[in-house]
Formats: sequence, C-alpha cells, structure tokens
Amino acid sequence: MSYQFDWSVLFSGQSGSWLLQGLITTLQISALAWLLALVLGIFAGSFRTLPIGPLRWAASCYVEFFRNVPLLVWMFFWYFGVPPLLPQAVQDWLFDHGAEFWAGMFALGVYHGARFSEVIRAGIQSIPSTQFEAAVSTGLTIAQTYRLIIIPIALRLIIPPATNESLNLLKNSSVALTIGVAELTFQTRQIETYTARAIEALTAGTLIYLLLCLCIAALVSRLERRFAIPGMIVQMRAE
Amino acid sequence: MTVVEFRQVNKWFGSLHVLRDIDLKINAGEVVVVCGPSGSGKSTLLRCINRLETIQSGELVVDGVSLSDPKFDAAKLRANVGMVFQSFNLYPHMTVLQNVMLAPIKVKGMAPRDAEKTAADLLDRVGIPDKANGYPANLSGGQQQRVAIARALAMRPKIMLFDEPTSALDPEMINEVLEVMSDLARDGMTMVVVTHEMGFARRVANRIAFMDEGRIVEEGQPDGFFTAPQSARAQQFLSKILSH
Ligand SMILES: Nc1ncnc2c1ncn2[C@@H]1O[C@H](COP(=O)(O)OP(=O)(O)OP(=O)(O)O)[C@@H](O)[C@H]1O
Ligand SMILES: [Mg+2]
Repeated sequence: MSYQFDWSVLFSGQSGSWLLQGLITTLQISALAWLLALVLGIFAGSFRTLPIGPLRWAASCYVEFFRNVPLLVWMFFWYFGVPPLLPQAVQDWLFDHGAEFWAGMFALGVYHGARFSEVIRAGIQSIPSTQFEAAVSTGLTIAQTYRLIIIPIALRLIIPPATNESLNLLKNSSVALTIGVAELTFQTRQIETYTARAIEALTAGTLIYLLLCLCIAALVSRLERRFAIPGMIVQMRAE
Repeated sequence: MTVVEFRQVNKWFGSLHVLRDIDLKINAGEVVVVCGPSGSGKSTLLRCINRLETIQSGELVVDGVSLSDPKFDAAKLRANVGMVFQSFNLYPHMTVLQNVMLAPIKVKGMAPRDAEKTAADLLDRVGIPDKANGYPANLSGGQQQRVAIARALAMRPKIMLFDEPTSALDPEMINEVLEVMSDLARDGMTMVVVTHEMGFARRVANRIAFMDEGRIVEEGQPDGFFTAPQSARAQQFLSKILSH
C-alpha cells in the first residue's frame, strides 16, 4: 500500500463545477422521473384494485413487464431504439435538445412507476373495503371516491415504502450515464479520468449520494408528520 | 307510497343461495327492522337496496327506479339512500365537519358555505356540535357513529339503511346512537335497520322482518312478533336473544 491520497484534486481545476453540474442534473432527472413515476404509479396501482377488467389487465401488464426488464436495457431502448422510429426533423430536434436527458428521464420514470404502482396497490388494499363502500354510499362516484378518499389515505400509509422506492429511483438515475447523461456519476468518472484519482473522485460521488439520500429521508419524515392521519400513524413527539 | 319493493328477488354468491324469493315492500315513513341469525342474509338484503350488491333474479325497485333498468345509475341512487355501517368508516384524514360536508359539495354541487351550515346543523342534531373540528380518531365510538349518521343525512336521503349500527359499540354508548335513530324515526324518515337491539325494535319499528337461511320467514308488527312468533325458527331465535 503506497497509494498517496490527494484530496486536493476535488478542489482544483474544474472538479467542483463538474460535481455541482452532476448534482444538479441528477436532481433534475430524478425529480422529473419521480413525478412521472408517481402519476403512473397512482393510476396503475389504483387500476389494479378496481373491478374493471380492461383497466386491471392493462395495469397488470405494465407492472409485470417492468418487473422483468432490466433498467439498463430499457434505457437503451428509449435512447437507441425509439428515436430512429421518429421523423428525421423530430430526431434532429431531440438530439439538439438533450435527447439523452429525456430518454433517461422517461425510462427511469416509467420503470419506477411500475414499482410505485405495487407500493400504492398494497396501500389501497390495506384500507378496509367498507371505507370504500361508505364513500360510494353517499353518492360519490368511484373516481371521486378514489381521488378524495382512497388515494389520499393510501398515500399517507405508504410513505415509508414509497420513500425507499424514491431513494432507489435517485440511485438508479446513475444508470443514465450509460446513455451519456452528465449526471453525478458521469461527472465523478470524468474527474477520475482527468486526474487519475479514482478513489478520491468516487469517494466524493459516494458522499454526495449519501448526503442527498439522508436529506430526502429527513424531508420525508417531516412531511410524514405534517400529513399524518390522526390516530393512524403514531405521531412523533420530537420536532 | 312504496319506497322500496323487492319482488321475488334471488341472489347467489357463487353457488351459495343467500336471498331466496324475497318479497318485501317498504312504505315512506316506515321503520322496518330486519333480524335473524348470523348468515341469514340480512346485510345482503340491505346492501342490495343501494346496489352494493347486485341481484340475479326478480325485481328490486327503489325510489321509483328499477335497479335492473339498463339506464340505472348507481351513484344517483346512492345519493338518495343513506347507509350507516357497523364499522363507522369516517374519513380519517378529514375533520368531522369535512366528513359531513364532502358529499353535498361533491355530489350535489352545494356551495361550501351552505354545506358547512347544513353540516353544523346536523352535528347539532346528533348531539356533537363541539367536535366539528376534531378528527374521527379523537372521538368515541358512539360519537363516530353519530357523525356517520349526520354524514348520511347531509345528502337529505329518502331512505336510511342501518347495518348493525351499534354492534361495534361499548354498551354505554349504544343508547346515544339508538336515541338519534329514534328521533330520526319520529321525524318520519324511512328506515331499514338490521339490529339485534330488540328493545329498539319493539319501541321504534313499524314492522319486523325475520330472516333465516335467505328467506323472510316471518313479517309483522313488533307486538305480535315478540309476544307470539309464528315460526319455530323465530321462537328459537327470540328465546336465545331475549334470554339475556
Ligand atoms: N361477498 C361475499 N362473498 C361470498 N359470500 C358472502 C359474501 N358476503 C356474504 N356472504 C355469505 O352470504 C351469507 C349471508 O351473509 P350476510 O352478511 O348477508 O348475513 P347476515 O345475516 O348479515 O349475518 P351477520 O348477522 O353475521 O351479519 C353468509 O353465508 C355469508 O358468508
Ligand atoms: Mg350482517
């Protein structure tokens, strides 16, 4: 062991701005993908609990498909597979406007939407069916009952597993480097290439991911307390 | 005026025949208590009236509309038929007031201010005006069930259905709920009540329907039913339930 650590590489040259750029891109792609995943997950998760054949079937296909496809393949599919199917003008426009970012975001959101769907379905199924019956008995339609009662309750119940899934999404955004999205891992590799300092660069990347995840976890636990259903989730005393 | 009419209604759950040739007429302003042993089909009968269950044969007419009509709209029917369950099923993420206001606003398009006034009046009527801004979890069972009644009444239903509304309550809370129901009956509400509270049945019901194995075995005035039940099954049932 004669390796000489040189942490100064992180603070010299362009390293800092690369890391910052990477962090911003990671946050952007993750936040957009997360919104997409949440919307898809709410719809697919709800559809799977409805007594309406075609909706159930479509949602099941979606979830089963992504349970069995690796994210990497799926990301390649969107980046290398889909654009050639589009008209040339659209392709040109896309590649001028960060096609890799949008392909990566889509792939990530759709993939994690399927996983969110399962979490949301489990949340809905943990609500007693009489809750649904009581709501429709007042004249609310099924759609209103889901929108106003079932989904708001389910979302509060699933905060812990949904947080896990959200952190997985954030970490999986690093897969987007394979299609050239200049996110955090990509920038970490770039520093490594330029400085030949692998361990320092990767340590920096690791620490940033770790901090990011810890911040999100802290944020979520605040949200959880803020939206806790009285009597259903134990409210923590410490603020 | 007939508000609910079952004509030769049959229902199966798979191969289980749960309602057999049910004939029952309920008139406006009438209180009908349905009783009978566990599994005899009381809840199912009640749940057919607001289409939580579908029937397989016969005809069921509620508020002038046949439930087997192809143009039938379940949400529209349910807006006119209130239901109270054994488990109160309040919306846990909303305040008591919001629970009561929700359906009038969303279903009838009532202005929030009017809905709030109606809700406050109803909470007053069921005796819990001071809990309007509390959450369901902070109410006792009896209070929750009274809010559930107010929530159903907020839609100004023509019929109220009660499925064992006091069975999940501690004994000391049963009466406060039964009192609200008695008041409602006195005000002329049409009610179908599944209950084991025979004292309530005797005092408030206009008619008792006794069910066994999916049939209405006996139907009549409370006095006759309690003092001289006709069928052997009803005699047996009453001797068990009244012995304690
Ligand atoms: N969704 C369902 N699927 C299959 N069978 C059912 C279903 N709901 C009820 N049953 C069965 O139908 C029969 C009648 O049930 P129902 O709930 O109407 O009885 P009940 O008279 O209300 O009984 P209890 O006094 O226990 O509430 C029972 O044998 C019950 O097991
Ligand atoms: Mg029952």
